[in-house]
Amino acid sequence: MARVETKLVPQPATNYLPERDADKQPILETRNLGIDFGGLAALDSFDIAVSPTEIAGLIGPNGAGKTTVFNLLTKVYQPTRGTILFDGRDTLGMSSVHLSRAGMARTFQNIRLFNNMNVEDNIKVGLHKSIKYGMVAGTLRLPSYWKQEKIAHERVRELLSIFSMEHLTQHRAGSLPYGAQRRLEIIRALATDPKLLLLDEPAAGMNPSETAELMENIVKVRDTFQIAVVLIEHDMNLVMGICEGICVLNFGKIIAKGTPSEIQNNPVVIEAYLGRREEDHPEDERAEGEDPGVTYVEGPEGHSTDEWAADKGPEVMHGEGREEDHHADGD
Amino acid sequence: MSFLSHLISGISLGSIYAIIALGYTMVYGIAKMLNFAHGDVIMVGAYSCFFLMSRFHLPVIVGVVAAMLVCTLLGVTIERLAYKPLRAAPALAVLITAIGVSYFLQNAALLLWTSNPKVFPSIAGNTSIKLLGGQLSISPTALLSIASCIVIMVALTWFTSSTRMGKAMRACSEDKGAAQLMGINVNVTISMVFAIGSALAAIAGILLCSAYPTLTPTTGSMPGIKAFTAAVFGGIGSIPGAMIGGILLGIIEIFGKAYISTQLSDAIVFLVLIIVLLVRPAGILGKTVQEKV
Repeated sequence: MARVETKLVPQPATNYLPERDADKQPILETRNLGIDFGGLAALDSFDIAVSPTEIAGLIGPNGAGKTTVFNLLTKVYQPTRGTILFDGRDTLGMSSVHLSRAGMARTFQNIRLFNNMNVEDNIKVGLHKSIKYGMVAGTLRLPSYWKQEKIAHERVRELLSIFSMEHLTQHRAGSLPYGAQRRLEIIRALATDPKLLLLDEPAAGMNPSETAELMENIVKVRDTFQIAVVLIEHDMNLVMGICEGICVLNFGKIIAKGTPSEIQNNPVVIEAYLGRREEDHPEDERAEGEDPGVTYVEGPEGHSTDEWAADKGPEVMHGEGREEDHHADGD
Repeated sequence: MSFLSHLISGISLGSIYAIIALGYTMVYGIAKMLNFAHGDVIMVGAYSCFFLMSRFHLPVIVGVVAAMLVCTLLGVTIERLAYKPLRAAPALAVLITAIGVSYFLQNAALLLWTSNPKVFPSIAGNTSIKLLGGQLSISPTALLSIASCIVIMVALTWFTSSTRMGKAMRACSEDKGAAQLMGINVNVTISMVFAIGSALAAIAGILLCSAYPTLTPTTGSMPGIKAFTAAVFGGIGSIPGAMIGGILLGIIEIFGKAYISTQLSDAIVFLVLIIVLLVRPAGILGKTVQEKV
């Protein structure tokens, strides 16, 4: 897929937004967001801004706190500190249901479809708030029931057609192939009519051709619905291919933000993913907040990270990084 | 001919069990808890209807609707006060609370209405319907029970399979977290299930007391336990399972009474439960779900 890298414009509080949306209010903004699990800061000083039409990526090694971010944004966890602004509103005191109705939708790392319901009903659960008829009308099948259900049925077909899955409406969700289940989860999230779509590892378990199709579909979804997408993904081809802004997490802290090429050339990021070789890593390149005593020797996580590192690894070590500046004047 | 009449009274008793079992199974399906106070909600429903009909001389239909409203309110209140605070508590704590609520209702009824049995008037009249040249007589209450059971089953299947609230219920029973993140208010949905189950309990209580007219504060407990057995028998969590389990249990009980021993009929019912649990732990229509550890 041919791509044009979006130019990012710096925002206050070390955030960046795509140039086209620079003057718009971010759909999502977090300030000093953090959560402690029994004294351990699983996430700390998490500041990001996402513009209303941006595709943003959240990456980082296993256990970095990526899914924790999603769980905080959707109020599955309550933050220990910090603020989440969604669509300009402070979400303090809002529940998952409120947020879903306000326009935040998500998918899950381990697929959580309603397995015993068919594809159509799964999507209709997502449409719950937009279908309007009462309990009596539903049980007695009054005209309002038929009218609303017809609208819902059409909406279901429309949404399924984005991913060319119209022929699967009556299949049980649990019986679908893995890739189709992942797509259905995205469709179910889209059914809630979101302004912001959070995708937790949408390409996990997909083969390369499915992933390529998914990339096109995510861009298509953003273009059609004009919504923001934040995705967590280990497949670097996907992340580098469609994300405009990327935020890298490690040990619960942001270690880098920037465009795909900036991230690919950022030594701190490479170190977080691959570990550090002493001769490649002069002392002065280390970012503030990194524990100097730790040397990561764990391998990269997916084959894709591996490939990416093999491609980019050697020559990016001397690339320029925005990271240092950002940390120097930021925190 | 006696076989046929036993079969009909079995099905009619079974229909009442089935209606009660629906309450158990729906609550279990969504809240994953056994609401042992359900049997006593039946008793409250029967008392409400009894007082409205015999003291205030209101027509049957008003009594039934009012009893349903009382039970709906009672069911939702019990859920709010006793079970909702324990949503995150271990299953055992909720189970014990449910047993506590059951005894609370029985003893409150004892205080309010004393232990003197009330004679419940039949809501369907006493003229039996004679068939096959007078050889087979069917009580109108039996017919009413079977008819109510069929209507309820059809309506409920419709409701859960194709309305938005029904889908919300099924979604919550599968994955509350995911349902919540799709914009479904889980608390409202659980309350709704308690409301439906309790309204059905009122109907069951009135039908039960029409067929067996002695009403005391403990009237609901034995049918409650048997309906629970029926729900497990059919596969707890499954609506058609509760129906099949209830009707089979009613037939077994009546046949046991008629052909084996009147005293042992309850023992036979529970023997069936034990055998089913040994052979098919998930019940007739139940799904064997692997528990995640």
